[in-house]
Amino acid sequence: MAMLGFLVRRILTGAVVIWLVASGAFFLFFARPVDTVARQLAGRAATPQVINTVISNLGLNQPVMVQYWHFLDNLLHGDLGYSYYTQEPVDTMLKQDLPPTVSLVLGGLVLWLVAGLSVGIISATRPRSLFDRSSSVAVLVGLSMPVFVIGELLILVVFVPLNKHGFTWIQTGYAGISQGVVTWAGHLILPWITLAAVQAAVYTRLTRGQLLDTLGEDYIRTARSKGISERRVIYRHGVRAALTPVVSQLGVDVGQLLGGVIVVEAVFGLGGLGQVSVEAIDTDNLPVIIGFVVVAAAFVVVANIIVDLVYAVLDPRVRIS
Amino acid sequence: MSLGGIEVQGREAVIAGAALDTANVEGRSQWQLTWRRLRQDKVAMASLVVILIIVALALAAPLFVSIVHHPPNVAYPNTGEDVAGNPVGPGTNGFWLGTDGTGRDLFIRILYGARISLFVGFVTTALGAVAGVTVGLVAGYFGGFVDTILARFTDAVLAFPYIVLALSLAVVVGPSLTVIVAVIAFFSWAAIARIVRGQTLSIKEKEYIEAARSLGAGPFRIMFLDILPNLLAPVLVIVTLYIPTAVVFEATLSFLGLGIQPPVASWGNILADAQNFYQVAWWYVVFPAAALLITTLAFNLLGDGIRDAMDPRTERVFAAGRGGLRARRNKTAGTGGGLDAPHVAPSVPAAGGN
Repeated sequence: MAMLGFLVRRILTGAVVIWLVASGAFFLFFARPVDTVARQLAGRAATPQVINTVISNLGLNQPVMVQYWHFLDNLLHGDLGYSYYTQEPVDTMLKQDLPPTVSLVLGGLVLWLVAGLSVGIISATRPRSLFDRSSSVAVLVGLSMPVFVIGELLILVVFVPLNKHGFTWIQTGYAGISQGVVTWAGHLILPWITLAAVQAAVYTRLTRGQLLDTLGEDYIRTARSKGISERRVIYRHGVRAALTPVVSQLGVDVGQLLGGVIVVEAVFGLGGLGQVSVEAIDTDNLPVIIGFVVVAAAFVVVANIIVDLVYAVLDPRVRIS
Repeated sequence: MSLGGIEVQGREAVIAGAALDTANVEGRSQWQLTWRRLRQDKVAMASLVVILIIVALALAAPLFVSIVHHPPNVAYPNTGEDVAGNPVGPGTNGFWLGTDGTGRDLFIRILYGARISLFVGFVTTALGAVAGVTVGLVAGYFGGFVDTILARFTDAVLAFPYIVLALSLAVVVGPSLTVIVAVIAFFSWAAIARIVRGQTLSIKEKEYIEAARSLGAGPFRIMFLDILPNLLAPVLVIVTLYIPTAVVFEATLSFLGLGIQPPVASWGNILADAQNFYQVAWWYVVFPAAALLITTLAFNLLGDGIRDAMDPRTERVFAAGRGGLRARRNKTAGTGGGLDAPHVAPSVPAAGGN
């Protein structure tokens, strides 16, 4: 019962956050003069009458509050509207651009979790060892590297020389999974590494810190004094408790990344949600922009709710209320 | 043992020593202590020196222009490009780090880029800190309805796909330095506000706040004169760590073409242009990337150092002192006080060792 109430409350506040974010985007773009869009649509030599017709066809001549009301009404019915230029439904457009983004985030996720967790655990169990020190330096370098710098350097030192010597598996751009898993992975391997490099740094640091704290707790000493093997103490008693904050970070990150790996997508020319939104912003395509913002915010909100639920499962001390 | 010519032995020596110590004790503020500890952290001090050098280079950019006679936005098609029209490499024709895609001096442009990066880093962080601290204090201190509103608003800001807003604003208002500063500041206050709010919640329950209130202090006096000074340490640490974030943010916006607009140089837009020259001009990517990396790394290392210096309990990976955290814990846990620590320490196995 408590669980149900919690869920209902979280979904309601989540809806409020999405509404705030969507309205923010809506009014932000209303600060722009409407005729920029119409002028582009109508062509260069359009007469003022033509432009006015276009404006009224798009419904842009109605008062702002009326348009806002329409927008909210449609949003509640799950209708994100149509692109100003192609008349394509926005949800179809976004769905088409989901595969590159999802492939990038999920593949990167596997890489950065494996790297971050293993390095973090080894560092925490051997604090101040050579391994720990060098991984700390690597983490700081990773945290200081802008994503696009990592991407560019990878292209410069991996992609360019390899392709010069006829090794063409690693490519830029996006190839759908329908073209074969090997091709797909070849196109995504550098983007995965780029995304994972930054994220792995965050997760290594988090895992190390959490595990170090956990291993100092009294119940770990109790477990050790019971004669449980060190391996079991670390993995069953230590890591499990230390993972809780890692999971919560993971939820937030995945939510946020699904809505914004724009930079990695841009460096490697992958297409995807981020690039669509940049394009839409460039062309004042309001419905697409808002659709993207709503979807991105929804990813974050949903991820947060899932995190809270998983939290309660992982850590019995957390009570849902 | 000889103390000022007087022979003392055993127990008395200890007492005499203690008395001598007390006589020489000198009050040190938290800031003095922090500075003393920070000075012993070689990595942090090296980072500080690097930052000062970068600042000096950025300030001296016009000086270097007068040395090499290559203004930042002037192209040199004859000396700065090879026969095929590609950039020339480092050291060629008086271009210390080579030239960029249109035959301009890369070194000079990187220096001018540093001015932009540092300006954006310092100014946005200052703005974000002031706004974040104010919102956090107000939300945490007043609680209730005010807190709910401010906390929801903070959440909405944090949930907003920030790059999208940054891009939108850049398009709506037109990209300019002011817009970039405003956008980055807008996104830096929220996380600071969250941390300050949390700290305020716990500090406002302390007795001395109650004392201040019973003396008739108003809410603003309490917030800014009684609570704020106790928050300065965490805020300073976040601020140092926010500067590199802001630098990267600016570079990213400019990289995407929505930040600093050419011909004005920024590390981000230099690196964006460099994308067309992967095959022929490695220096075009490597040098601006290195500038960006060294700057952010130095600020991050300094921030870590300041955090460690502020909080002696934190672990110091780079500093010499061993077993800070664990030894201290045992000290307070051990019934016999400080002297027991060495005996307790070995009984904390594995994790503490090595």
